[in-house]
Amino acid sequence: MSNSKKAGDVICEELIAAATANPDVLAVTSDSRGSASLSPFAVQLPDQLIEMGIAEQNSVTVSAGLAHSGKRPFTFSPAAFLSARSIEQVKVDVTYSNTNVKLVGISGGNSYSVLGNTHHSLQDLATTRALPNLQVYMPADRAQTQGLMRYLVKSDLPAYIRIGKKALTDVYDSAEVAFKGPGKANLVVDNGDDITLLAAGETVAIAVDAATELKQRGIQAKVVDLVSVKPIDKEMINAVADATHHFVTIEEHSTIGGLGSAVAEVVAPRGDTKVDFVGFPDAPAIAGTQDEVFKYYGIDTQDIADRVEKLLKA
Amino acid sequence: MNTEELGSNIKELKITAAQVRKATWEMIYRAKTGHTGSDLSCADILVALYFSVLKQEPDAFDDPNRDRYIQSKGHAVEILYNVLAERGFIPKSDLLTYSQFKSDYIGHPTNHIHGIEMNTGSLGHGLGLGVGIAKAAKLNHQDYHTFVLMGDGEQAEGSVWEAAMAAGSFKLDNLTAIIDHNGLQISGPIKDVMNSEPLFEKYEAFGFDVQEVDGNDMAQLVTALSAPNETGKPRLILADTVKGKGVSFAENQAAWHHKVPTEEQYQEGLQEFDAEIERLRNE
Repeated sequence: MSNSKKAGDVICEELIAAATANPDVLAVTSDSRGSASLSPFAVQLPDQLIEMGIAEQNSVTVSAGLAHSGKRPFTFSPAAFLSARSIEQVKVDVTYSNTNVKLVGISGGNSYSVLGNTHHSLQDLATTRALPNLQVYMPADRAQTQGLMRYLVKSDLPAYIRIGKKALTDVYDSAEVAFKGPGKANLVVDNGDDITLLAAGETVAIAVDAATELKQRGIQAKVVDLVSVKPIDKEMINAVADATHHFVTIEEHSTIGGLGSAVAEVVAPRGDTKVDFVGFPDAPAIAGTQDEVFKYYGIDTQDIADRVEKLLKA
Repeated sequence: MNTEELGSNIKELKITAAQVRKATWEMIYRAKTGHTGSDLSCADILVALYFSVLKQEPDAFDDPNRDRYIQSKGHAVEILYNVLAERGFIPKSDLLTYSQFKSDYIGHPTNHIHGIEMNTGSLGHGLGLGVGIAKAAKLNHQDYHTFVLMGDGEQAEGSVWEAAMAAGSFKLDNLTAIIDHNGLQISGPIKDVMNSEPLFEKYEAFGFDVQEVDGNDMAQLVTALSAPNETGKPRLILADTVKGKGVSFAENQAAWHHKVPTEEQYQEGLQEFDAEIERLRNE
């Protein structure tokens, strides 16, 4: 695996291609073109970039108005603001009014690290997942971001996409394999039936590494990539539950209302599958680099392997 | 239209306004719910728009070149339903289901209703929607005009000012915002609850061409709303209105914001509307 590309850079490339072919495709930014990696878009397609200033709420509402008039806006803001400050605009103007707005939450999760909790979005899956008529995606690598974008530029449905800040570790070889469509998860690793690790976004690579580590310890894990957080792939989740009956969810999000909750909602009625949650606790995150913070909360290869080993012995 | 035609048209519009006020009064009494004072306040504005100003036809509502109307003060939905019915967008019989189980005709506008562009109800959204719609017209080189009706109590929402700033920055001279300026909100006079004045100067400072009119005077409304915008500027019509207009005992009473008339009040209101319609016909 290599660290190849930031999701933001991939999104910009795909958006330039789509917007060049279709003048209705717009990038809407809230003084975030730099942090959203949209500078090349701004240079190449200045008339298709709508700058809203530091006004995330109005950015979403105006995007809804643009979409209502046939435009196809991709609206970029830090996930922390887009998914909290603007959530009512998302609820009313995008999901309830059913406007084709793609909400791109940049620098999501803990990726702003030492900028502090005002800039973290560790509750965004809880808010966005609960809104009817909103798809929620977390791409794991370059190829998956490409595949997702090629779907999104054609889709007429509202969606929230959460991406991080750093270059992503490659998990997939091609866009087609990486993203199979809404409601489709990927079985990335299938070593056996001892445990299933379920992840999305940046935690997919961590889960893959953890599965490798576990194999060396004689534990055979599956890894499921839930890129489509909503709609969620119930078929895949039930299939791996049939095989392993024990899940560990790994998320860059509060363990309240996030990926683990989404998975638990699917398997709870079965009554035969245990779910353990790895993620952020119900508390403000500590300061540190993203790697330091992940390690502190046990969201890293060794800690996950240790935890799984302990859980299986218990 | 010459002055004589406009005059006769104004008379018809006034009668229509009185009729939709009466129908709204009946609807609220029947359903035992509604924002009575807010509906009656902006009735003349809606009639001016739908029967004289908006380039929009019931059988061509999907025309991409239609003018757009966004009712940001969504709580005044009963008057909107009645205007849409009177204008032929929806059957009048539909309105009997207002606020009934599983009805599409709920207490705030939804785009399930033919003629309604966007879902509103949470205040402070309409102007931003209008900015997006007007900006799209600029990008597409279309010449439709976008109208947004807000309340004056609504001006306390911060998102209104984000949108106002964008409208001015984008130089949206294809956008007209209207404030139903009746001075009252649910808890009392706006100046006491949260003073938003001076609205005239504030919108001017945000880059709008601001015009103040008597918002219950049909001729003034039609004239102001029909005129083209000043080049490069969005327009704000500060429409001075009377909350509860048309029912003497409801006028200028904050308590009538969403009060439902008693049987006795209902009959008294009906008599006032009938007398007004009769008076206008004989004018």
